Amino acid sequence: MKKWSALTRRDAMASAFAGSVAVALSASLAGPAAAADKLKAAWVYVGPVGDFGYSYQHDQGRLAVEKALGDKVQTTFVENVPEGPDAERAIERLARDGNKLIFTTSFGFMDPTLKVAKKFPDVKFEHATGYKRADNVATYSARFYEGRYVIGQIAGKMTKSGTVGYIVSFPIPEVVSGINAFMLGAQSVNPNVKVKIIWVNSWYDPGKEADAAKVLIGQGADILTQHTDSTAALQVAQEKGILGFGQSSDMDKFAPKAQITAIVDDWSHYYIGRVKAALDGSWKAIDTWDGMKEDAVVLPPIKNVPDDVKAMAEKTAAAIKAGTLKPFGGKITKQDGSTVENLDDGAILSMNWYVKGIDDKLPQ
Amino acid sequence: MDQSALLAVLLTIVTASTPLLLAALGELVTERAGVLNLGVEGMMVMGAVAGFAVALTTGSPYLGILAAAAAGALLSVPFGFLTLNLVANQVATGLALTLLGLGLSGLIGERFVGQPGVRLSKLHIPGLSDIPFVGPLLFGQDILVYLSIVLAVLVSWVVFRTRLGLILRAVGDNHASAHALGYSVVRVRWMAVLFGGALAGLGGGYLSLAYTPQWIENMTAGRGWIALALVVFSSWLPSRLVIGAYLFGAVTILGFFVQGLGVGVPAQLLSSLPYIVTIAALVVISTRRGRARADTPACLGQPFVPDR
Repeated sequence: MKKWSALTRRDAMASAFAGSVAVALSASLAGPAAAADKLKAAWVYVGPVGDFGYSYQHDQGRLAVEKALGDKVQTTFVENVPEGPDAERAIERLARDGNKLIFTTSFGFMDPTLKVAKKFPDVKFEHATGYKRADNVATYSARFYEGRYVIGQIAGKMTKSGTVGYIVSFPIPEVVSGINAFMLGAQSVNPNVKVKIIWVNSWYDPGKEADAAKVLIGQGADILTQHTDSTAALQVAQEKGILGFGQSSDMDKFAPKAQITAIVDDWSHYYIGRVKAALDGSWKAIDTWDGMKEDAVVLPPIKNVPDDVKAMAEKTAAAIKAGTLKPFGGKITKQDGSTVENLDDGAILSMNWYVKGIDDKLPQ
Repeated sequence: MDQSALLAVLLTIVTASTPLLLAALGELVTERAGVLNLGVEGMMVMGAVAGFAVALTTGSPYLGILAAAAAGALLSVPFGFLTLNLVANQVATGLALTLLGLGLSGLIGERFVGQPGVRLSKLHIPGLSDIPFVGPLLFGQDILVYLSIVLAVLVSWVVFRTRLGLILRAVGDNHASAHALGYSVVRVRWMAVLFGGALAGLGGGYLSLAYTPQWIENMTAGRGWIALALVVFSSWLPSRLVIGAYLFGAVTILGFFVQGLGVGVPAQLLSSLPYIVTIAALVVISTRRGRARADTPACLGQPFVPDR
């Protein structure tokens, strides 16, 4: 396995420095090329694999592929790739290097992926969280909102003050559908529950996330959840003796007394399946949107709550897995009072409204 | 606003303001000596990674604090050598320092990512810290909060009330004259640069030891640049710097507070509020032209080459 570093979106030159060092190091360390008959697969990450969040989870998926199919596949990854023109260069380099299956794992890699795919028709590409496909470009994502419904229900049951704090990044559909699913879950067991929302306008600023958490607790929230990537909010929850949830990865070791469960992105089944398909020739440029049923969204064992709450959450999770409970099924009342019914995937993927009961104004 | 909510907000303002105050205070001294070091962000982030690493390895947050200051000062050494001894351009070198710090800290910190850190504990003075409301606010902070205030007073006193401060200001205002009087401009500036580096490192250490005890790449998230702006905002006066840092922290936190109330003010407006307030205050200060100019170190950013 070779490891490359490329530029970060934050500071091109800074990482150019660190990156060139890393490239030089790995070039000298890389052993002789693996057997030529192995399938070469590559992953492109937007963050460092050590972010303990989004990119980390994708890399866990890559490692699972190596473990399961290590004798048939050789994997590579590039981390810290900025969204934009630089991504195209990184993806093209992987294609030129003989990789036949390339996963680009961030929304902003969409157009660069399609551009490179055009130049390399015999290479298969997979773009995460996007919506543009081609003959050799598939797309995939996960139904994170399903997990949010379950944790919303736990929060609705566990809150004593009746107020839950929710720290969020940017008003994109994925985040908004998460808020709505959480609220619907909470309302299903506690009709009067209130959700206080703070937008920190960043995916990743531990300081601000912690500040927002403290302010929410000060305003009476006794359960926290977040759709930002650091562990800061959960750590504040632990410090203040309240409960919270992990995001993207299992954050239990950061806050063992505060984390009830987490919404873990588990890409391993998907990646193993797709690599297998590429190996046996059944690969097609399809769109995949897996959820809890396919174990793409996983909740680690529930703890720090009474047994009845745990049983309730497990029952809900099982119902979602079985398909008998759909978070956005049935009749839903919007914030403005209008109603919608049985939302399809398109409606969920473009969600830009709140459900009734949320007293925040959605930034437009 | 009930009392506990108010207390939470005030306590959060203190933690949000302290790293800014520490880093800006160091830069203020550096700039008072006539050196513009734009590498604050880089030195802060080095302080953050070093403080975290040492605290985690030794188990002592206090050693972490020392390491953070040392790391910040260490990163300022190449800056000092390039700009003071080799007379390189200060702006370009400072920018390079920021980029170097961000890259290097990421490299050093790679194996510390995602490890729970050691938290700098808050002081507890029996009796005093237990007074409701006032106790936790005034007598229950961590040591760096007190240090930042003490340092602000100390810097103000040294700069304006001591011979050392007079020399520092002379070097910053007119290096040729200071040189003619027999002071070593380069040596004074070296000390100021190292002091600035150490305090920027402390500010970074505050982030990884007290604010959010963990290490993540680029965890300073632009606070070094805000510290730089605060120095200009303060018109190089430590007293005004304290006000500026706390104002910035307060407006940021109040933005969150208002959002949490759910009154429907657009979140983007609230997020930009601290910057709007800073710019507005700058405009007000700048319109009082003569005064502002009198406080600006006249030789700021100018390289010094002795005639002989």
